[in-house]
This record gives sequence, C-alpha cells and structure tokens, in this order.
Amino acid sequence: MATPVAFRVFESEALWYRRVWRGSVFSSFLNPVLYLLAMGLGLGTLVDANLPEGVEGVSYLTFLAPGLLAATAMQTGAGEGSWKIMAGIKWRKSYHAKLATPIGVRDLVFGLMLWAAFRVLLVSFVFAIVMVAFRVSPLWQSLLAIGPALLVGVAMAAATTSYTVRIKNDVNLAMYFRFVVIPMFLFSGVFFPITQLPEWLQPIAFITPLWHGVQMCRALVVGVEPVIAPWISIAYLTGWIVAGTALALAPFRRRLKP
Amino acid sequence: MTNLIEARGLTKTFGDFTAVDAIDFHVVEGESFGFLGPNGAGKTSTMRMIGAVSPISAGSLTVLGLDPMKDGPQLRSRLGVIPQEENLDLELTVTENLVMYGRYFDMSRSEIRARVDDLLEFSQLTEKRDDKVEALSGGMKRRLTIARGLINDPDLLILDEPTTGLDPQARHILWDRLYRLKQQGVTLLITTHYMDEAEQLCDRLVVMDKAQIVAEGSPSSLIEEHSPREVVELRFAVGVLEEVSEQLDGLAKRTEILADRALLYTDDAEQTIHEINEAGFEHEAVLVRRSSLEDVFLRLTGRSLVE
Ligand SMILES: Nc1ncnc2c1ncn2[C@@H]1O[C@H](COP(=O)(O)OP(=O)(O)OP(=O)(O)O)[C@@H](O)[C@H]1O
Ligand SMILES: [Mg+2]
Repeated sequence: MATPVAFRVFESEALWYRRVWRGSVFSSFLNPVLYLLAMGLGLGTLVDANLPEGVEGVSYLTFLAPGLLAATAMQTGAGEGSWKIMAGIKWRKSYHAKLATPIGVRDLVFGLMLWAAFRVLLVSFVFAIVMVAFRVSPLWQSLLAIGPALLVGVAMAAATTSYTVRIKNDVNLAMYFRFVVIPMFLFSGVFFPITQLPEWLQPIAFITPLWHGVQMCRALVVGVEPVIAPWISIAYLTGWIVAGTALALAPFRRRLKP
Repeated sequence: MTNLIEARGLTKTFGDFTAVDAIDFHVVEGESFGFLGPNGAGKTSTMRMIGAVSPISAGSLTVLGLDPMKDGPQLRSRLGVIPQEENLDLELTVTENLVMYGRYFDMSRSEIRARVDDLLEFSQLTEKRDDKVEALSGGMKRRLTIARGLINDPDLLILDEPTTGLDPQARHILWDRLYRLKQQGVTLLITTHYMDEAEQLCDRLVVMDKAQIVAEGSPSSLIEEHSPREVVELRFAVGVLEEVSEQLDGLAKRTEILADRALLYTDDAEQTIHEINEAGFEHEAVLVRRSSLEDVFLRLTGRSLVE
C-alpha cells in the first residue's frame, strides 16, 4: 500500500529531527520547569500573599501552569512555521528537492503541518508531565489539556507558515516575533486574567488563538467554568488551521514552482 | 525509436520577460541530449518545465508520453533530477540522504537498501557512506546528487550543469560516471556551458542563446556545418591586432577578431599559415587546432561562450 504522500514529508522531517532531538527535548523540558519555578513559585508567592482568595480562585502557580502550556504550544507552532520554513525555501532548499519527486506542493504543506502537530504534541506532553511534577493537576487532567494546546500550536504553525511564505527575508520574521508572537504571549491571559487589561484591549485578546487555548486548558486543569463554550474555541482554532494552511498553498506554489 | 520528450513552441515567461521563446526539440530514447548556452539562455527554465516543477507558459510539451502540467506526480516518479543548485541535506549522512530521497518515491526501506550499495559504489562514495554531507568536497556532493537522482531507477535523467564549479579532475571523474550511464542506456538530458563537455557527452545537442535555439545537431555535424575544419589562432603584441585586422580578412574562410588574438577558420591550415607568412605579419604565436563547438557558438552568436 502506498504511503500517503504528505506522510513522506512528515517522515523526512522526522529523520532530520533525529539529528537535533536531544537538544530540543532538553529545552522543551527545561523551559516549563524554569518558567514554573520563577513565575509560578517565585512570583506566585508574592501574588498569593496579596490575594488570599487566589487568582480566579486558585494559587498563582495553578492559574499560570495551564496558560503556559497553551503558550508553549503556541510558540512551538510559531517556531515550526517560521525559520524552518524560510530555511526550506531559501537556505537549505530542501523543499525544492522534495518537489522534484512525486511530492506536490499540497502534500508538502500538509506534511509540514502534520510534523508541526507532532512537535507541538511532544512539547505539550513534556509540559503536562512537568505540571504533574509540580502538583498542579493530576495526570489525566494534565493529559486532557494537551488537546487544546495542540489546536493552538497547529493554528499558529499554519498562520505563521502562511506569513513566512509571503515574505522575502528573515528580518520580517524577527519583526513578526517581536510584534506579534511576544505580545500575544504576554497579553492573552497566560500571566493574568485579561479582565485586568484596559477595556479596549480585551477584544484583541479574544481574537488571538492563544487566548482560546488558554481558556480551554485552564478550564480542564483548574476545573473552572470555561469563559466561552469550548466548542466555539475549538471551531475558531480549527478555522485558523484551515485558513492558514489554505492561504499558504498559493504562495508556496508561486515560490517553489515559478 | 520513441521520443521521450517532444516540445513544440515551448515558451516560458516570467511577467513580461520571456525566458524560453517558442523552442522546438525532441529527445529520443537512449540518447544523450544537450542544451548548450551561456548564462541566462533559458536552459534551467527549460529543464524545470520538463521536470514538471514549473508550469509551461505556451506551446506543448510531452515527457515520457505524459503531460507535465497534468500528470506531474506520475511523471516526476520516473525522472531523476540533478538540479543546478545543490540541495542535499547537509546535516544528514551520505546514506541518509539517499534513504530519505528514496522514501519520497515511496520505495520500501529494503528496496532502498538494496540500491544504496550499488549507488555508493557507482558514485565512488562507499567510504564516505556514514559521513555528513557537509564534510564532502564539491565533486563528491555532485556525485552524491547524481546517485540520489538515480535512486528510483529513472527513465530519464536531467542534469542541469553537472560539472559547473568543479576542478578538471572532478569533472573527468563525473564525465566517466555519466558515460557509464549512457552505456547502460539511460537517456540523459544535460545542460552545460562547456563545449568540451557537450562534445564528450552528447549525441545530439541544441545551442541556446537568448531564450531561443540557434542550432541543432550532433557535435560533429554542428562543427561541420558552422565552422571550417581547422582554426589558426594568431596572437599579436598589444596594439598590433587592430592595425592588421583588416588585412587578415581575405586569408581564411572566416575571421574572428577577439581581444587578444585572431581566429582564422580554414579547411587547410597549412596553406593558411603559408599565406600568413608570405604576407609577413608580425605575430607572436601561431596555434593550429581542430574546430570545436566553441567556434560554432562564436559563429552563431558573435560572442564567446565563457567570458
Ligand atoms: N523565477 C524567475 N523569475 C523571474 N525571472 C527568472 C526566473 N527564473 C529565471 N528567470 C530569468 O530567466 C532567464 C533564463 O534563466 P535560466 O535560469 O533558465 O538560464 P540558464 O540558461 O539556466 O542560465 P545559467 O547558465 O546561468 O544557469 C534569466 O534571465 C533569468 O533571470
Ligand atoms: Mg541554469
């Protein structure tokens, strides 16, 4: 039976990743630990001392951890959709090599998204285990929260990819991270409830894919009521994935098959 | 004999710019066919259309009986492509590069493994099989790219400037490998800047210049048709060439004045040299050689091929 073509792309990403996985698994483990230590426990002690009733009813560490899970997934997705894609097009030119074979542009993009999903899954899984180690939530709840994290990660990968294929050089990518990814990371309800934001900023937070992931992860981990119905967030994030992937196809074709 | 490639009025435009201008050619099974031309002639653009990685703008093109615009994946599964720009995976080993490429064609791992040893041997890389590609020399990388292009046992091998940038020794090794493929009956499509390469490897070729085909034939027939058999090259001291260029005119069938020397095309070099001596030119050196494709190119385009 023939291997689905997109999966062959996934496979080649995996083969390549084998070369670098040690370093990246270590950092995907170290990052959450450092953040949870510094922000969750360090900063959290201060927050908890001032808010006896807790942040949204729980300790700051418990409030922060599920948000960070979604944020880590988001950043992993952005990473998969940016420098790596640029390298495949411009520097390594590995996509040109693939497209000279039976692999087509659509297979390529689907395969890359499949791979991004796998990377997000890996990173989220590690994060979930760290959450258990920090006694934020029991194992099954932590594992459930991987679901929304995966959606956010792939949504970001797809959206970022559709941007990366449109730009000429990596200066734009640095700007993208500075003005889109980092602000999203800071102001989507990961570190504090978005009700703390000025009124006029709050709707912007609602638009970000990250906020939807955060509210779902938090609902699952903390056990609070979701702010809006999860199916709306799921549909919204799925929309980002579909739109991002679809919008990436034409510019990919234009650049790789002029 | 069947035509593996048939192009009629094949055209490629990028915006207002025409990179390939309505060219006609065909390639027969088992032959090795060359595209000879200077930078920007449109060789790569043509190869990419044949390789089904660039849509054709006008005209018709059939490759292996398939339409590259419609049957892209099916066609590409039967091609081997050695692109002008290197795109090996530098972080992976030689063997891994071959395995990965084989997987793109959905070959099973055992199928690939069975081929890898032969391909490594063929490309003289057996010793390097577990080395990272990063550490290979330019010639080795090029041979690996050819091995990679052969992984799926292609019906047609497209080589876009296989030896550009290699030193003479590496070039000769590569020519030898390509010659073997030709002996095995593989149909080769080769683009090159180099006349000697075309003469060595091609049964038939087209000369391309400024998006058009300006001549077609076997290397020897092209030389016969467009250039007398022999060339007398005369070198002069600086400044003298301008003075004597007019007097040189009638001496041979055709005369080309280059920056540093004059080329006299003739069917009888001995006679020509005799006449030159009679006329008493103060040349510094005389060289007699066979006419080559370089001379054909000069004749057809008025420019030398590699500046
Ligand atoms: N994607 C593109 N967009 C715009 N112009 C292009 C594109 N690709 C090629 N061209 C132009 O088409 C012309 C022919 O290019 P092509 O690469 O086919 O030439 P070539 O014969 O392969 O040259 P070389 O020997 O330098 O490789 C050039 O003028 C080039 O600038
Ligand atoms: Mg070229």
